[in-house]
Amino acid sequence: MIIDVNVYLSRWPLRRLPCDELPKLVERLQACGVTRAWTASFDGLLHKDVGGVNERLAAECRQVPAGLLQPFGTVNPTLPDWREELRRCHEVHRMPGIRLQPNYHGYTLDHPGFAELLQLAAARGLIVQLAVRMEDPRMQHPLLRVPDVDTTLLPDLVTAVPDLQLVLLNALQILPGDRLSALARTGRVYFEIATLEGVAGIASLVTRVPLECVLFGSYSPFFILESAVLKLRESELSPAQLDAITFENARRIGTQLRQ
Amino acid sequence: MGKITRRALLSGAAQAAAAGTLLGHAPARATARAVAPAAAGTPACDLDRYVIWDAHGHLYSADTPPAEQMASLLRAADRMHIERVVVFMGYPWVYDPEPDEVRRQNDQVLEAIESSDGRALGFVYLNPKHTQESLDELDRCVRDGPMVGIKLWVSIRCHDPCLDPIAVRAAELNAPILQHTWSKITGNLPGESMAEDVAALAARNPATTFIAAHAGGDWETGIRAIRGTPNVTAEICGGDPTAGIVEMAVRELGAQRVIYGSDFRGRSFASQLAKVVGADIPEESKRLILAGNLQRMLAR
Repeated sequence: MIIDVNVYLSRWPLRRLPCDELPKLVERLQACGVTRAWTASFDGLLHKDVGGVNERLAAECRQVPAGLLQPFGTVNPTLPDWREELRRCHEVHRMPGIRLQPNYHGYTLDHPGFAELLQLAAARGLIVQLAVRMEDPRMQHPLLRVPDVDTTLLPDLVTAVPDLQLVLLNALQILPGDRLSALARTGRVYFEIATLEGVAGIASLVTRVPLECVLFGSYSPFFILESAVLKLRESELSPAQLDAITFENARRIGTQLRQ
Repeated sequence: MGKITRRALLSGAAQAAAAGTLLGHAPARATARAVAPAAAGTPACDLDRYVIWDAHGHLYSADTPPAEQMASLLRAADRMHIERVVVFMGYPWVYDPEPDEVRRQNDQVLEAIESSDGRALGFVYLNPKHTQESLDELDRCVRDGPMVGIKLWVSIRCHDPCLDPIAVRAAELNAPILQHTWSKITGNLPGESMAEDVAALAARNPATTFIAAHAGGDWETGIRAIRGTPNVTAEICGGDPTAGIVEMAVRELGAQRVIYGSDFRGRSFASQLAKVVGADIPEESKRLILAGNLQRMLAR
């Protein structure tokens, strides 16, 4: 059983990906043992009509049987009437969470709407995901250069919202070590392994942050799904550690929010 | 243990090829089996059916003896069913090292590979700005020593004519030249080569075998840059495990011009192996990329 917390549907704006069609993505997820995938849409990066993006995302996730794909909607707090989008994600589409893309949406974390969005999402019991990076800045298209999200303010923002459960995507190798530790100490911030690097990287990671903070994430289909799966093999991990990373920690986030 | 000679290493590679490891039928060397989740044993992630040689790796510490570093790396390699690794450059990394520093770092690598029971292959690190010293070091480590290739990094862009004597000597010694390549929209180092630079050097030296490490970094342009230069092979390590890199390389270059490397220990074996085992290409192409092409290159 694997819960993959970092999956996207639709098209990456600058390249076709081998698994960017729904049947191929589902086939690959299942072949690698993924039983749940927290799924957002690449359309949410650049489309202004995020209402349409979220509606299509929810519909596509419903097409796939057994609840394999769980939709995480896009909310952009710089758009007019963004609170309605949050409401729809929760009440209309019954999404378990939302995925934020501050760098593609052109705001920094001191934007007043961001703090409010965290408050409102937490009040609704939604998991909040925040993608720190989508693409290596060294190789971006010259007309679409998007810096990593500056997470300097994030520890204080998390502390200010006691009910918040925050999952950082594509953050490892990018967050400085002291910030990683500060966020981990809150007990309400989680990190997935898609961008984790280094030989036996997971074994090293769990010496720096509590095991309970570590989730399985692949960033598929932009990244090759097998990368995350093989990282589980590369580190010498106990069965209990593997269970925690592959599904127990992610399942616990949802449980905590429901309580 | 006795000194490992280049001849013995290359003989080993040839024997491996002759024994059918190119087809993946040879028994794996004794490995410490991983405690892995069921998913890691699914066909999509089954490494054990492949022979794997890793073409790109580094030592990682100035404080730990090279033999200890190698032992640690090989334990992780065992978990990923990697049979042999290529290692080059010592520690700390220096962009533009003086000849004495180059020699010191190559000594570190020599110590590491001599402790590896034949599982680590060394490429000699050179700074081509010091051409004569580079030729001397090449003789010391490859002609008269156990190393089997050449590593060039970022001291000078490799289209410079000062590299030609090194390329000529490399061909005489049947030693491939692995050149770091990266094209960065954020800006390259002054001496950092791009794939186009390797193509230019390779076109002037058609008898020499070149490896464009990292496939140019920005692989969609890097692969195109070397496409018309048949003595350049793309090596896919060092970047994120972005889907499609190996599919494009095989489509544009052919599977025989693509090799696997990881850039350990900065990169994970897993993320880089996934580029190959997770690619939508024929199984035989995967076997060539994971070991066959490098074995063939070194057995010449």
